[in-house]
Amino acid sequence: MPLLNQGELRALLERELPGALDPTRPVNRYGNVEATHQLEVEDQASDTMGDTSPPPATGDAAAERQADVVDKEEPSVPPLSQDDAVVRAERLPDVAAFLRDRLGYDYLSRVTAVDYPAYGLIEVVYHFYRIEGGPGQIVRVRVPRDNAVIPSITPMWPGANLEERVCYDLFGVHFPGHPYHKRIYMWDEFEGHPMRKDFEKIGDSYYHFKWKGEGGEE
Amino acid sequence: MLKTEELQINIGPQHPSTHGVFRLMATVDGETVVHLEPVFGYLHRNHEQLGEIWTYLQTITITDRLDYFNSMINEHGYCMTVEKLASIEVPERAEYIRVIMSELSRILNHAAAIGFWLQDMGSWGTTLMFGFRQREMIMDIFESVGGSRMMCNYMRFGGVARDLTPNLVEQINLFLEGFPQFIDDFERLMMENEILLARSRNVGVLPKELAAAYSVTGPVIRGSGIPYDIRRAEPYSIYDRFAFDIPVGSVGDVYDRFLVRMEEMRQSHRILRQAMEQLPQASGSYINQAYKAASKQQGLRLPAGEAYCRVESPKGELGYYIVSNGGNSAYRYGIRAPSLINLTALNDMCRGYTVADIVVILGSIDIVMGEVDR
Repeated sequence: MPLLNQGELRALLERELPGALDPTRPVNRYGNVEATHQLEVEDQASDTMGDTSPPPATGDAAAERQADVVDKEEPSVPPLSQDDAVVRAERLPDVAAFLRDRLGYDYLSRVTAVDYPAYGLIEVVYHFYRIEGGPGQIVRVRVPRDNAVIPSITPMWPGANLEERVCYDLFGVHFPGHPYHKRIYMWDEFEGHPMRKDFEKIGDSYYHFKWKGEGGEE
Repeated sequence: MLKTEELQINIGPQHPSTHGVFRLMATVDGETVVHLEPVFGYLHRNHEQLGEIWTYLQTITITDRLDYFNSMINEHGYCMTVEKLASIEVPERAEYIRVIMSELSRILNHAAAIGFWLQDMGSWGTTLMFGFRQREMIMDIFESVGGSRMMCNYMRFGGVARDLTPNLVEQINLFLEGFPQFIDDFERLMMENEILLARSRNVGVLPKELAAAYSVTGPVIRGSGIPYDIRRAEPYSIYDRFAFDIPVGSVGDVYDRFLVRMEEMRQSHRILRQAMEQLPQASGSYINQAYKAASKQQGLRLPAGEAYCRVESPKGELGYYIVSNGGNSAYRYGIRAPSLINLTALNDMCRGYTVADIVVILGSIDIVMGEVDR
């Protein structure tokens, strides 16, 4: 079986598995993406400014400090890739089976999620490779943030087991059909999904350092 | 026949042979394991989010903390990903230095891993220290180049932080000269040890088909007989220049994984010999001079886009996935941790063996909790 070039998988899926590709283009929910981000950053900055306690080591204060060091330009949201095969969530198991059984991509390297609040979606990225070697194929699934549900491919690819649990735990993507659909890193009673961009960062509550001249020693 | 009842027991999170804070919920029937459920998260510090908060340059320092046995390879993979995203060229000499450090790291890791594994089996102290002696020599080299023994922080975007001095080259050559003697002695000491054979042969067998399906990598998949090594499957850096073999096992048991690690150390030594020979002819500097200044500042900005790079870490396939938004820190920084994914197969490897075998099988996977929980 010959190796596929980038973009070839898309055409192949269109021909062989009609309806598997996701035809929708993500719509920028807020209009101007950069403006929203600026607003968020400003909110956080004003929060920490009103607080007289020393800045925490992590979280927005660290980002703020960096911004001071470098410049004030606001980061934008990365553009979504359009070259790779973006498939519908419900057809993912078919596509994964097609890749393995028909195209010979028999090794699943990675399942990972990326949160795009500006587009209102979470992208789950699957990297498939071949055991014999060579470049891999990327399959993407884009699901809405408030209803992130993707059928699990663990029954077919057991290697996805723990990675899907990580995506559920940290990003809140649900994988119906997973044999052990539980949190992996955070404890079971934990609420929220910490890797989402809008998860509130509380900083380090054990930070006892006091700045000079603010009433503290050293 | 006696009626038996299944019992659930906890191993860890505080247990000397779980290699860190790792908990196993074992369902046992008598002495036989029926089911094993690993429980993670005792060392979770959301490393991936730190990578989103810190700048690209700062993130190099925390990649050291992933798999703290081979910080050099972690840095190598991370720097490669950033270089791919920013299209930074790496001079030849820098590539050689990187390969030398990576292979030294592999020897370091395997020497320690085998030592720990033998210690899990009850060979207290001596064998571990035997491996640690080699590790100590390599850590001296790392200390000289990076300033730190474990958290080296040596690689930079476009090269490495410091050049190899003539003294250091001599030191590495000296180490390489003595190394074959060590591995021969080690083999003679352990290979036909009766206790080792009794405890590791036909224990924790992972068949070939299962190994591929579970996406396990590193010595575990090679022990099962699949010659999957990123250095061959998708050569990175300058690994296509060296002659080396990929050892594979035949049965897929614990003993095969031990043999694969032993042979991999020999192969690393082979690569190192070739690299040290070719190093003087390598062109270029130890770092891409155009990026030398940029890599010292915090404000290295990468073009928007994404990259995924894989390197062969001693534990398996280590992958970095970076999505950049054009800023000076990553929009998404994700890690494919080999230690974590290799644990997927743990339940299948342990089922049907005794509780005492769990420790041996877990030791043969060679996990590091810093990477599993990250």
